[in-house]
Amino acid sequence: MNAPHLPRMFDGLVAVIRRDLELAWRRPGDVLNPLFFFAIVSTLFPLAVGPDAEQLALNGPGVLWVAALLAALLSLNSLFLNDYEDGSLEQMLLSPQPLPLLALAKSMSHWLVSGLPLVILSPLIAMSFQMPARATTVMMLTLALGTVSFSLLGSIGAGLTVGLNRGNALLSLLILPLAMPVLIFGARTVSLAAADDAVSAGLYFLGAYCMLALTLAPFATAAALKISNE
Amino acid sequence: MLHKRGAATVTATLSGQDLTLIRGDRCLFQDLKFALKSGELLLIEGPNGSGKTSLLRAIAGLANLEEGRIAWNNTSVKRGRQDFHADLVWMGHQPGFKGDLTLVENLRFEAGLRTMITSAAEHQLIRLGLAGLTDIPFRALSAGQQRRVALARMLMAEAALWLMDEPFTNLDAAGQQLVIELLQEHLQSGGMCVMASHRPVELEATVQRITLR
Repeated sequence: MNAPHLPRMFDGLVAVIRRDLELAWRRPGDVLNPLFFFAIVSTLFPLAVGPDAEQLALNGPGVLWVAALLAALLSLNSLFLNDYEDGSLEQMLLSPQPLPLLALAKSMSHWLVSGLPLVILSPLIAMSFQMPARATTVMMLTLALGTVSFSLLGSIGAGLTVGLNRGNALLSLLILPLAMPVLIFGARTVSLAAADDAVSAGLYFLGAYCMLALTLAPFATAAALKISNE
Repeated sequence: MLHKRGAATVTATLSGQDLTLIRGDRCLFQDLKFALKSGELLLIEGPNGSGKTSLLRAIAGLANLEEGRIAWNNTSVKRGRQDFHADLVWMGHQPGFKGDLTLVENLRFEAGLRTMITSAAEHQLIRLGLAGLTDIPFRALSAGQQRRVALARMLMAEAALWLMDEPFTNLDAAGQQLVIELLQEHLQSGGMCVMASHRPVELEATVQRITLR
């Protein structure tokens, strides 16, 4: 298998991430859309609910997490769509690269352009919920772990639905059950932090879930992409 | 000139046995077989919808066959997928390049995916009529020029096997002649090619034909 003419193992991974970042830089609209969605949904909420500090602190973590999940779903739909339509997905499948690594690269670049900016933006949003400092730190940590999981799990669904027209609703149906544990533990952990309770259990769970997704999702995505390209 | 790996050292073989493909309730082909050596062209002919692209995709490993076995150098392509794909380069209906990136950026991405020979890149771009277009976004090129960029990928890839699906589409007379010339050179240097086309191809090389109905 390791013939000398095969390209080095991580060349493809680096090339995909680099290209996707270049593309995101050329078309910032695609990157900013889910981010705007996240910011708008979570800042409108305090305006609608009212300025009652107690109620805001109660609802804040849940609202932020739901908005983050929906923003991820919004951007996941187009994860493989452009590559599928312009034929570059075909070229990637026919390259001498390990497909799971290419799938991992797509998830990583998705997180870099959608998950990471969301994590960085989230403390600003948390201010509108009057979230205490410790809870804000915990929220950033949980969101970081959670958005990585979303990008990885989402790539499976995106890979399966890429060949279908209007696979949007189907993608949500496929991904949401897998994303539920992340949502529940993520929001709950932030609530516990706001109440000055222990948070390590929740963080451990999110970390473990993230690792599980990291090890399994690229293989599932590679298989899904092969099926949708038949 | 081209520097094809394996041109002088090894002769490669591509063979298919008992190939059967059914789409829906229609049998596109049955018990098809072929054996191709270095320097040969396999031309898949037939009217629209006869399964030319399906056969080509099956050979590449993109589509599954109902039955049959495709072997590259006597190894099943399923088992040696990475080795097989290291030796082939694909030209499909879509160009497989990003519209927002320039020609250079697109080719740099390709070089990350597969082994590419970039030493003669400039010369080849001039030959393909792409010199001076290297900093323009791919989407701003004409359909024919986009086809020529896809040809640049074929030329620079260090691949013995070319799989081409209707390579003459969108090309002007000079471009079509260029495809013939490049193909001739590729075959003479020990490469091989499987092409689906409904245009007759005149070549000084061994041409095998599969006609689908």
